[in-house]
Amino acid sequence: MHSALLAIDLFLVIEKLVLIVGIVSISLVIAMYETYAERKVAAFIQDRRGPNRAGPFGILQPLADGLKLFMKEEIIPNTSNRFLFILGPCLAMLAAMMTSAVIPWGGTLNVFGREVNLQIADINIGILYVFGVVSMGVYGIMIGGWASNNKFSLMAALRGASQVISYELPMGLSLIALLMLTGSLKMSEIVGQQIDSWYNVLYQPLGFFIFLVCAFAECNRTPFDLPEAENELNFGYHQEYSSMKLGFYLFAEYINMFISSVVMATLFWGGYDIPFVNDASLTGMGNWLVLLQGLSLFIKVAIFIFVFMWVRWTIPRFRYDQLMNLGWKALIPLSLVNMIVTAAIVLLKTNGWKF
Amino acid sequence: MDISQVLFYALSAMALGSAIMVVISRNPVHSVLWLIITFFAISGHYILMNAQFLGIVNLIVYAGAIMVLFLFVIMLMNLNAETEPQKNKWLKLAGVVAGGCLLLVLVAALKQAEVKGKVAMLETGDIGLIRNLGKALFTDFVVPFEISSILFLSAMVGAVVIGKK
Amino acid sequence: MQALTSRAKPVDRKPMTFLEKLYVWSIFKGMMITLRHLFKKKATISYPEEKRPFSPVFRGLHILNRDEEGRERCTACGLCALACPAEAITMEAAERLPGEENLYREEKYAAKYEINMLRCIFCGLCEEACPKDAVYLSETFAPSNYQRKGFIYGKQDLLIPNPKDNPGEYWKAVGNRKANKEQSN
Repeated sequence: MHSALLAIDLFLVIEKLVLIVGIVSISLVIAMYETYAERKVAAFIQDRRGPNRAGPFGILQPLADGLKLFMKEEIIPNTSNRFLFILGPCLAMLAAMMTSAVIPWGGTLNVFGREVNLQIADINIGILYVFGVVSMGVYGIMIGGWASNNKFSLMAALRGASQVISYELPMGLSLIALLMLTGSLKMSEIVGQQIDSWYNVLYQPLGFFIFLVCAFAECNRTPFDLPEAENELNFGYHQEYSSMKLGFYLFAEYINMFISSVVMATLFWGGYDIPFVNDASLTGMGNWLVLLQGLSLFIKVAIFIFVFMWVRWTIPRFRYDQLMNLGWKALIPLSLVNMIVTAAIVLLKTNGWKF
Repeated sequence: MDISQVLFYALSAMALGSAIMVVISRNPVHSVLWLIITFFAISGHYILMNAQFLGIVNLIVYAGAIMVLFLFVIMLMNLNAETEPQKNKWLKLAGVVAGGCLLLVLVAALKQAEVKGKVAMLETGDIGLIRNLGKALFTDFVVPFEISSILFLSAMVGAVVIGKK
Repeated sequence: MQALTSRAKPVDRKPMTFLEKLYVWSIFKGMMITLRHLFKKKATISYPEEKRPFSPVFRGLHILNRDEEGRERCTACGLCALACPAEAITMEAAERLPGEENLYREEKYAAKYEINMLRCIFCGLCEEACPKDAVYLSETFAPSNYQRKGFIYGKQDLLIPNPKDNPGEYWKAVGNRKANKEQSN
């Protein structure tokens, strides 16, 4: 893969740059509108109307919120470690944005006679790359919490980091079962297999469920939002942050939510495959098919994001010991069982169902 | 000089520079952060040698998990540059002598080794790719692999036993 | 003991069944409840565009009334201040000078008449106490203000527009309720 990346091909570089800028800005815009959607969903669930003053139906609300955050006073605590204090939110944003590199956003576009693959890097360890980046996300939390030089921030950062590490394990185990079925770590190949046959969620419903729960925990979303439990730990690891640095932390959470929805849709729900339609019969549509496929991926992602919000406004927060018990005593054994059963079935199948 | 050589030298400089910073920075938290950068550089080297699996696993396991635990401990112990105890000057002298001896041994050992023919292969060999690595681990090296897994299992059991006390 | 409400239920202390211990089922039930609420009618009234109708007995801001010729009815007798349980009303009386007959109906009038809307509890006792039908409670409420002194309403805030000079404003200030009552009388 890297020989293709490193050989200086100007068009390739331009193509990838455009793709990177496009995907980054799309994720940023989606994260912005996730904040709006979150408020709307919360309001609707609570029989309210939600923001509806800025622009028609309040769709300019995210801009107003962003402007407010930018205009606020920047406070850096005197006793904090200045460099690390600024590095924390940057790392959180960086880790959130980097995952999108290996996700296949669609098929191959044909732009002026040039094949443009809608995936920034089709590396053959795509899923592992996602995991590597997710495990980097802990540093944003820990460095930010420690550099604030505040014991509550530190405690929240430790809680957050141990939660993220704990839930990475069942997440990885549930994925191992999936990988046994696909036999590949390449994201584009996993999607390709699902386009040709059934979606992976039909083979791995338990694995998908475990992955979903772990994704909630990794994103610090509500049943597991102890790192930023507003009414228990003051505000969590970003207590000392203000202005846009706080905004970056909150924004990173929304980008993470988007990215984990994309990963779930890609791994378990067929990625950019259009459901109930045989995509292979539509190749005559050319670029339009690719765009439709991208749209179908985004619709799946939107449904997942809605589920994230729906859960957030329904379920109360776990207590910390309950959280750890669920992670270590329920999800890990469950995913181990899932892995072993899958392994046995795969083994039997490759041997032609002979005992 | 092609681009992989440029990358090799840049990564090497990054790895060495941050490794030196690990040793000389006063604040232990900074040391850990420099160590993480070192791991990143080493992972870059792995990927340069077409061992993508090793590179990413190095990141996930070392930078993503072990260093986080290091950070946990260091942050909770609240080690500052001021609280670091002053070392005895005889101890310092002993350190210098020991370091010098190590340097001597290393020079002697490296003088013997034939370095020329063993420059790391770039972009060649695909043992690092996940499929080949898995095949090699589960056929040629299956006994050492299983033994190491038993070692890990016993270490895990030991950790749980110690934690239960 | 008799239950305070017919909806009271004894607390269920049975041990949880396996299905309940999984929590997944309960979570699913809860999520269905929130999903139902997603499509329910919203309770919010978007205020400046739509207003909630007041009840027919609503008691709002005070108004100092004038008679048909536009003369102030108040004679500064002080009964309203006396009746006020919150002691929100202050007034100063003055004697009507010759030539001011078109301004004040009685020989004595209120030179200063202040109601502190932060103290006022809008009970309406001043309206009942007034022998001259000079003060009554309208159908509006006090708008917000940044300062406390903004809530001390003087005569210029309370006095109704002159029915002779500005009948439109006058009838608007009188309000539907009062106007209907006067017409039926």
